[in-house]
Amino acid sequence: MARAILFDSTQCIGCRQCEQACSEGKNLPYDDKIAAEEKTSAHKLTAIRTHGERFSRKLCMHCLDPACASVCPVAALQKTAAGPVIYLPERCMGCRYCMVSCVFGVPTYEWNSRLPYVRKCDLCADRAPTGEPTRCAEACPTGATISGDRDELIAEARKRLAENPEGYYQRIYGIEEAGGTSVLILSAVPFEQIGYPVNIEKTALPQYTWAALKHIPDVVVTGTVLLGGIHWLTHRKEEVARKEGRP
Amino acid sequence: MMQLVQRYFWRAVFAVLMVAGLYATFLRFWGGLGASTNLSDQFPWGIWIGFDVLCGVGLAAGGFTLAATVHIFNIKSYHAVVRPAILTAFLGYLLVVVALMFDLGHPYRIWHPLIMWNPRSVMFEVGWCVTLYTTVLFLEFLPVVLQKFKMHAALKVMKAVTLPIIIAGVILSTLHQSSLGSLFLIMPNRLHPLWWTPLLPVLFFISAVATGLAMTIFESWHSAKAFGRQLEYGLICRMTRVLAVVTAFYLTLRFLDLSHRGALATLNQPGMERWMFGLEIVLMAVPMLMFFREKTRQHPLAVYLGVVMFLLGFVTNRMNVSVTGLERASGVSYFPKWSEIAVTLAIIAAGFAIFRLAAHYLPVFEEEHEGHGGAPAPRIPTLQGAAVQGD
Repeated sequence: MARAILFDSTQCIGCRQCEQACSEGKNLPYDDKIAAEEKTSAHKLTAIRTHGERFSRKLCMHCLDPACASVCPVAALQKTAAGPVIYLPERCMGCRYCMVSCVFGVPTYEWNSRLPYVRKCDLCADRAPTGEPTRCAEACPTGATISGDRDELIAEARKRLAENPEGYYQRIYGIEEAGGTSVLILSAVPFEQIGYPVNIEKTALPQYTWAALKHIPDVVVTGTVLLGGIHWLTHRKEEVARKEGRP
Repeated sequence: MMQLVQRYFWRAVFAVLMVAGLYATFLRFWGGLGASTNLSDQFPWGIWIGFDVLCGVGLAAGGFTLAATVHIFNIKSYHAVVRPAILTAFLGYLLVVVALMFDLGHPYRIWHPLIMWNPRSVMFEVGWCVTLYTTVLFLEFLPVVLQKFKMHAALKVMKAVTLPIIIAGVILSTLHQSSLGSLFLIMPNRLHPLWWTPLLPVLFFISAVATGLAMTIFESWHSAKAFGRQLEYGLICRMTRVLAVVTAFYLTLRFLDLSHRGALATLNQPGMERWMFGLEIVLMAVPMLMFFREKTRQHPLAVYLGVVMFLLGFVTNRMNVSVTGLERASGVSYFPKWSEIAVTLAIIAAGFAIFRLAAHYLPVFEEEHEGHGGAPAPRIPTLQGAAVQGD
């Protein structure tokens, strides 16, 4: 069972209860001013965004093979078997490569702190073992956000698309984006109209890096042989000369 | 009067840069990255990564390029410039580490990648390579210090391990010079197609080799002036020819890649990308064409200007990959805050000053009569040369 979230934007009424529950659960401040900030930040891990009469939610997508976890030099970000991509602050040295690498622009930084950490949604990893719903899903009054097993949520999403072909844009965001994510999104309109990036690779991003990184052992071995060999060739003339007693 | 101005102008510049740098340092460590940079959640890497690290490491590539030329390929005529190149590289890497301490949110954890492994991370690999290579550079430069203090026994030991150290240095450099390009492979759809390519590591490596040569010429020119030494002009001419050929190879590969990926079509799109791309290419292509001409090569000032132009082209390329090419996808525009620029300039100024001090007090340059004169000198400098001289 891998924990996931299904966000059905057609049911979202923009009440921001998810934001508030999230901030309370993570001991972050929350007031009207923060509620009005329609973007995620170090003090706001999920954000409701208004697009005319529609609403969308931004939060960590919890990729199945996350770029952030692959690029982190100290493994401070890790994809857990339970689903959440978690952050281990005691490892983090603050290089911010995770932020640069995230195709969804999710990790945020405590820019005004003297010893800053990365902040992002962790899919309520503390609740994952018990199977309790995430705080945002628990708080959602309309059922726009529900949490549960990824496969079951995909089945549920497919059912909704099939039952109401008029009401939904017939795609599930998150099935193949960046190789698949643990957050799945439904919409009435194409996803770019409610703020989700659509120009995204359909394969897991870490493979682009691995295509280069995997050659390193070969470069070391062949390089050493090649350089050693060239050295032997280029210095041989002198060696022979020395042995023959020539200057 | 003129003399006085000449004598104190650069000292005054140095003092101003240091004071500004110190104040910016205070801002950075007292107020945090938010107070001292224009970085944001949308644009988390600025010039401290794009210039200080990416360009800094590239500009220090002369160390491995020249070490390979002289010690592996046994082209002895280059020996006069190996020591200054290795000194530049060593200082360059130390300064990159200093710059990185400004950029990291938790600078005192800079050693974490050495024990908290993530072999899938390019940054992890770069961290290891840079640590090891800085150690190698220290060992490559050590004979100069040992020679100064006449420590013959230690010199003998160093002589025995020269070859493995040189080979390790070349391999480590190959790996991390290319890996700095691999850092950007993870963002195929966000880095502009004029710069994102699966060939990024290869292009970074080749341009680093060219830049290593250009920096070596640049510093030979400057140290000739500063120390009143004769310029090894024959050698510099040969190096500009090699630089021209490496650049030609680089630009050919760059354009073949762009055309195979269909990226040249994006030059029709409005925006600053195409102009910055044009600038980058012109700043590399013009010096290349200059260096292919015999007439230019015979003109010291033209050679100097060409090399400076090439170095600016290299810097433009790295800044384009790390800043220009990412702005559109990030949705914000980034321009460094004054304190980011002040820290960068102070670090460069410190580099110049330390190089000058080291070159003044240590036997970095060959004696006048050995440095030039056409025929290849019988000795090899640096590790082996130092040992021979020490004996």
